[in-house]
Amino acid sequence: MDLDDQGNVQKLADETGKDEMIVILGQPDPNSAGLFAETVTSGDPTWAGPLAGVPLGLPVYHVLESEIKEQMDPDLYMEHVGLMELSADVDEIIKWVKFYREGGGK
Amino acid sequence: MNLEGKQVVAIGEREGVNGPSLRLLAESANAKVVFSVTQCFV
Repeated sequence: MDLDDQGNVQKLADETGKDEMIVILGQPDPNSAGLFAETVTSGDPTWAGPLAGVPLGLPVYHVLESEIKEQMDPDLYMEHVGLMELSADVDEIIKWVKFYREGGGK
Repeated sequence: MNLEGKQVVAIGEREGVNGPSLRLLAESANAKVVFSVTQCFV
């Protein structure tokens, strides 16, 4: 994740608290989705940014996960996610985001 | 995970679903988006 954005996420977590915070991802492949999920849970795996060694432990979900999808406006979802939903490896993306959400990689 | 009332950090990607789109979608689920960004993964 971009180093400035790591800093922004860390600042938000520190200032507003993590209790009501949730991260939603929109990456189109398992590698990038997993990397971002890891960064906001167990810390920056590249050790380059402010979240290196900082396990924020934020709840992270992908927009393709059904429990997230079903809460969103269906027309908007079709417009903004529909194409990616057809082409992406949905199961593999969700597998890796869930892996890190549930504490994997620590 | 119920999104209603949650403070959402939306991390989109240019080749996937971008930040502004995630913001619209999260707001349609009555969440409050506190930060959204579009990354470029290389």
